[in-house]
Amino acid sequence: MQSFVNVWSRTPLRARWLIFAFLVVVLPLGTYPIERATNFGLLTQINRALIFVVLALGLNIVVGFAGLLDLGYAAFFAIGAYAFGILTWPPHGIELTFLLAIWLCAGVASIFGIIVGSPTLRLRGDYLAIVTLAFGEIIPTAARNLRGITNGSQGMVPLGKPNWGVIEAVFRLEPGRLAVGVDPNFWYYVIVLLVVLVLFASLRLDKSRLGRAWKAIREDETAADFMGVDPIRTKLLAFSIGASFSGLAGAVFASMLGFISPDQFRFQTSIFLLIIVVLSGLGSVWGVLLGGLILSLFDGLFLAQILPELLPDVDIQSLRWIFFGVGLIVIMIFRPQGLFPRREAVRAAEADKLPLDLQATAVKGGD
Amino acid sequence: MSIELQIFIQQVLIGLTIGSYLALIALGYTMVYGIIELINFAHGDLFAFGFFISLTLFTAINPPKPLDAVGLLVILPLIFVVTMLLTGGLNVLIDRVAYRPLRNAPRLAPLLTAVGMSFVLEASFAIWQGPSNINYPGYFPSINILREVFNIDTFILFTTKDVFLFAVTIPLVIGLTLFIDRTKTGKAMRACAQDREAAAMMGINVNRMIATTFFVGGALAGAAGIVWGLYINSGRFLMGFEAGLMAFTSAVLGGIGNVRGAVAGAFIIGMVKSMSDGYSPIGSEWTRVVIFGMLILLLVFRPSGILGSTQTLEKV
Amino acid sequence: MATLLEANGVSKRFGGLVAVDTLDYTLETQSINSIIGPNGAGKTTFFNVVTGFYKPTTGAVVFDGGEISGMRPNRLTHIGIARTFQTIRLFNNLTAVENVLIGMHHRLKAGWFGSILKPKWVREEEAQARAEAVALLDYVGLKGYEEVFAKGLPYGLQRRLEIARALGTQPKLLLLDEPTAGMNPNETQDMVVFIRRLRDERGLTILLIEHDMQVVMNISDKVTVLDYGQKIAEGLPIEIQRNERVIEAYLGRRALEVLKHVG
Repeated sequence: MQSFVNVWSRTPLRARWLIFAFLVVVLPLGTYPIERATNFGLLTQINRALIFVVLALGLNIVVGFAGLLDLGYAAFFAIGAYAFGILTWPPHGIELTFLLAIWLCAGVASIFGIIVGSPTLRLRGDYLAIVTLAFGEIIPTAARNLRGITNGSQGMVPLGKPNWGVIEAVFRLEPGRLAVGVDPNFWYYVIVLLVVLVLFASLRLDKSRLGRAWKAIREDETAADFMGVDPIRTKLLAFSIGASFSGLAGAVFASMLGFISPDQFRFQTSIFLLIIVVLSGLGSVWGVLLGGLILSLFDGLFLAQILPELLPDVDIQSLRWIFFGVGLIVIMIFRPQGLFPRREAVRAAEADKLPLDLQATAVKGGD
Repeated sequence: MSIELQIFIQQVLIGLTIGSYLALIALGYTMVYGIIELINFAHGDLFAFGFFISLTLFTAINPPKPLDAVGLLVILPLIFVVTMLLTGGLNVLIDRVAYRPLRNAPRLAPLLTAVGMSFVLEASFAIWQGPSNINYPGYFPSINILREVFNIDTFILFTTKDVFLFAVTIPLVIGLTLFIDRTKTGKAMRACAQDREAAAMMGINVNRMIATTFFVGGALAGAAGIVWGLYINSGRFLMGFEAGLMAFTSAVLGGIGNVRGAVAGAFIIGMVKSMSDGYSPIGSEWTRVVIFGMLILLLVFRPSGILGSTQTLEKV
Repeated sequence: MATLLEANGVSKRFGGLVAVDTLDYTLETQSINSIIGPNGAGKTTFFNVVTGFYKPTTGAVVFDGGEISGMRPNRLTHIGIARTFQTIRLFNNLTAVENVLIGMHHRLKAGWFGSILKPKWVREEEAQARAEAVALLDYVGLKGYEEVFAKGLPYGLQRRLEIARALGTQPKLLLLDEPTAGMNPNETQDMVVFIRRLRDERGLTILLIEHDMQVVMNISDKVTVLDYGQKIAEGLPIEIQRNERVIEAYLGRRALEVLKHVG
């Protein structure tokens, strides 16, 4: 594991993007034979996993970059999905196009990010967590009960689909393909585009002025305040940008599924996302990408489909949570920097182990 | 007596009962936060553990339902004692395993392990007892006092179960308050809550005080679990999560770290829940929103609660 | 020489405790000023009021012609007040250069959108900022330590980094809270020389809280003594040394009597 992390850390950025691009384009071809052979719906699972990756990257900004513990992050996912529903569900009469709707959803979600973030501004870590948890519970409850807007527990169906003429035609040419709106291959490329967008934004933000401000707030908010970093603006930006990623993901998810209901966005989802970010390495963008994929696929394929076949009488659902709960505890105690931490985090952790004088000389003299 | 008045009195009574078992749970939250500044997310699940383990003990002993004199005088107290010891011990174990290694880590860390622990516990309960509602047999005799003893014709339900509930919870709460105020251990715990380093320098074994805090808090939550079982006669693997959130709100309302505050807060929240459940058109769905809304408003506008918190502000 | 900072009748109360009691205080530009006094005299509280952490209970603070009482710390940094802390508060898991870059945060203009798109002007701004940060580190004597984590620096260098970070905000007024705490005589002397350079080379106005009397008497243009939140003496170092109230505050009445007998 250690050597893998080291190799990965040393891979230059361009190479990473190339490897990434190659895998991305080739993937659907690879899944086709597996799907033929088994019953997994592999590509659908991959799509689902990629949605989780987008969500996790958003949460990574809030928790990883800015250090704001958000226990109710699924609420923004819900808002994005429901906003999309409101904008495209026929009975409401608005029916916007896909492209327009998803950006609006991102905007709505980011506004809610500011709403949720505002009460937390003067709170310390644990209180902040509880407030976000409370919001995370209120929003699905509201969705379930504001029937006029959200159709309550029945959910909203059908929802808007992308209408991309040429691309649709290309997909329809293939014999045996499902209708475009449901074809996982089609959605795969849409979601991959989304992942690339969000990944790119995260990486840029990490190394920017705003990224530094987030880190300063995370390290010592008061000192940052004294050094000219406005904690209010910085924290609200973290919440709103993080929420906007979720909003986008929610909208695309809603469109892909064609159906949303309040039960899809519960506390467990928030915690699952938190687990992804923590296990992968708080603040590590590539780490969250990798960890998010692995964990989501592990959950969606192995835990949800393979394991029940192997152990038919066992309560897999609950085992799942024991596994994740224990994983969270173990990681926080033994490897708090996560499985795929940022380069800097690795160096920082190593710096902790050296006696003070040697650290300075190790960098100064040893380079 | 008019029906409206009867309904109102009934809701008040319900509020008091909810408040009393919430108080037992809230005390655990407030004491642990006071001493190590950690929200023990898993605390509510100890309440559930108390429910389940006492049920297991009852089922194993299999006394007559409802309990006879021997049952009430011997078996019931025995089950209380054993359950409280077990839940207290479990809480100490949880601290030892998940929180103590992170005593000096940044605040995020133990909070996350607490969340993880809560999930482990809840999932374990689901595996142990199944995901659906569990029936807790009516071991405690339920006699409608107003109707059958006093022959008053009323809708209000005040039974021997209510008497039992108050007879258990109130002395426990008072007992704990006295323990914290008057005993040497209680004073040592308060000292640790104020300033751990100074307490250590005065010769107090801080780790042991922390363990004691966890033990006592856990035991109380366990007691609440038995009380709930005997009173409501039903429970679920997720009961700890719900009760925990309400109890935590109570603790914050009263001032986190403040023992009397936790009790006061619990009764207020109990009333809120009862009134909201009873009077609002959509019932318990909106109660959740009301209570969470209260929590948010509290934390934003008055984080020190109504009776004042023991936690001090940041110094520069 | 103009008045840069003016505190008029400033008090700070915490419930029943009066930490700062009706304090009048002025600072002239390009000077080094010290505030001394026994522990608990209100020195750091006064710092906290000037830097915006506390709102004064009564009175007002005027900086560079404008009233600043109650403004938030980051706003005050923007108008030219910077500080260091009694116990070092660096961003431990950031490198030295990143710490300084944080100091420069309020002077840079890249927003979230610019940060994502990174057009030419943002790239240039970042490059210039980095160059300036490296130069500042060199100025305080931390050349070569740019990529070291703040927590990895030895104590003396950490104090310097704190100053470099404060300098990054391009302050007009720099408040140093016990800058020589924990230093040996050599390091202290280096700090003294350095503080003078800050005034002379960078035109800064400096306000110190110090316990090391040699330092105070050595570099101060003006010394102010606080006791129980009140100003009990103010003037040149030599005047303060001979002031009876000051000696009494520090050493007690009996010691004062003894000294009077002897001296």
